[in-house]
Amino acid sequence: MGETVIKTDKLTKRFGDFIAADEITFEVEKGEIFGFLGANGAGKTTAMRMLCGLSIPSSGSATIAGFDVYKQTEQIKRNIGYMSQKFSLYEDLTVIENIKFFGGIYGLTDLQIKTKSDELLHNLGLKQEAKKLVASLPLGWKQKLSFSVAVLHEPKIVFLDEPTGGVDPVTRRQFWDLIYNAADRGVTIFVTTHYMDEAEYCNRISLMVDGKIKALDTPRNLKNTFGVETMDEVFYKLARGAKRGD
Amino acid sequence: MEAAVIVKDLTKVYGETTAVDVVSFSVNQGEIFGLIGPDGAGKTSIFRVLTTLLLPDGGSATVDGFDVVKDYSQIRSRVGYMPGKFSLYQDLSVEENLNFFATLFNTTIKENYHLIKDIYVQLESFKTRRAGKLSGGMKQKLALCCALIHKPTVLFLDEPTTGVDPVSRKEFWEMLKQLKAQNITIVVSTPYMDEANLCDRIALIQGGKLLSVNTPGNIIKAYPDQLYAIKADNMHALLKILNGYDEVLASYAFGEFAHASFKNKAVDLEGVKSYLTKKDLTGLELKKTGATIEDSFIKLLKD
Repeated sequence: MGETVIKTDKLTKRFGDFIAADEITFEVEKGEIFGFLGANGAGKTTAMRMLCGLSIPSSGSATIAGFDVYKQTEQIKRNIGYMSQKFSLYEDLTVIENIKFFGGIYGLTDLQIKTKSDELLHNLGLKQEAKKLVASLPLGWKQKLSFSVAVLHEPKIVFLDEPTGGVDPVTRRQFWDLIYNAADRGVTIFVTTHYMDEAEYCNRISLMVDGKIKALDTPRNLKNTFGVETMDEVFYKLARGAKRGD
Repeated sequence: MEAAVIVKDLTKVYGETTAVDVVSFSVNQGEIFGLIGPDGAGKTSIFRVLTTLLLPDGGSATVDGFDVVKDYSQIRSRVGYMPGKFSLYQDLSVEENLNFFATLFNTTIKENYHLIKDIYVQLESFKTRRAGKLSGGMKQKLALCCALIHKPTVLFLDEPTTGVDPVSRKEFWEMLKQLKAQNITIVVSTPYMDEANLCDRIALIQGGKLLSVNTPGNIIKAYPDQLYAIKADNMHALLKILNGYDEVLASYAFGEFAHASFKNKAVDLEGVKSYLTKKDLTGLELKKTGATIEDSFIKLLKD
């Protein structure tokens, strides 16, 4: 067994009478690509916010990179990266300004930022675009840049909330190359997606329905368990009965 | 029968960006026509020109025989439009929103209730709830009802399923099929390649240009290479090895398999298998497979 970097036990979040996340229990290992799936409104975002130290649970326990989600939220934030489709980079800053800004936020030294940004621009082939405003980049480039910025400080875990929504099929695959490479370096990937082919690229998948984790296994085992050929069918079988919308 | 939508050499420019670049296609009456492409491909600009909300910079277009520039008022009263962003009145209730749109178009909910009945019954228990307080799926259904209430001849749906989970996406397409049966022409855009198969005809679009316009079946048939589906225990390793393999023409991840085509049409599969085995890959599986719309899109993007 590898090192466990995310560990939750009956983690629960209530908003009044509404139980957004209902006793969710799971573990994720170092370097694992963990797919966090569910229907709209199943409670994924709520769960993710607790794991990122942005929302204090109502009950249950969890540690992220060894830090407690109740008491050590600042340490958690320093040890994770986060990227979502909705918010990622500052459009009115240039590529290099964004890198410097986020590097600074994550506490890197000027020298580290310099080294890291050269490396990042080289790897993404963005040297020519360094001084361009992020707003002027095509979406796919923004998403790749945004991911690279989220792992700039070599976090233990990176949380990706629908990172590839609306991205073309070629860029989507290049994005997954970045994910694979980060995982190879030992970064744990926690990712949500509505693309079921991407669910196949994960080492393990959890599927949330109405606040609860209804299934958790490798894509292969899930398909075997439900006797179907594709993850799409697994999703359909589990989520069809969902009572909640978002 | 005259085409419901005719687009000829349409161009739309924003500053230095050409969002729509000499695009031509037509949509037959009563068909579901899909504009398939990623964000930034130009889909929304095309929709906004066709719904007369944006003036083209070049070319021309007609909807139901009416010109999008000259005859904008006729077009506005005939078409239904559901924009990508939720744009109903958040502070009005479900029923008030629907009533408002019906009144705008000089009609009543009662008059065209048959069109929205199947969708609206799912909303009826929330009819006094403010639109802003509805769930995402419910908002989408209400927006569709509001776009339909004046019995449009052509319905424009801009990315109705983006960010929607696979189950709700399936339900939405079921609704579209029923509308098609009522003889409404539907022009719909989506970034999801798997939804292309649910359209009668599709246009693949990227960077403001059309890559191909045809039926999904014909686009797949036109795929020039034999594709193979290859599986291994370590997908990332497999992808890297295929990428560096001389015999390979193209290779990329495709769900649980990698898809690959080979330079040599009469490729020696046993040879491929032994090459991959030598690279320490385990759990190998290799079989012929057919192309999908996504394969075609990837091929067209790379050409």
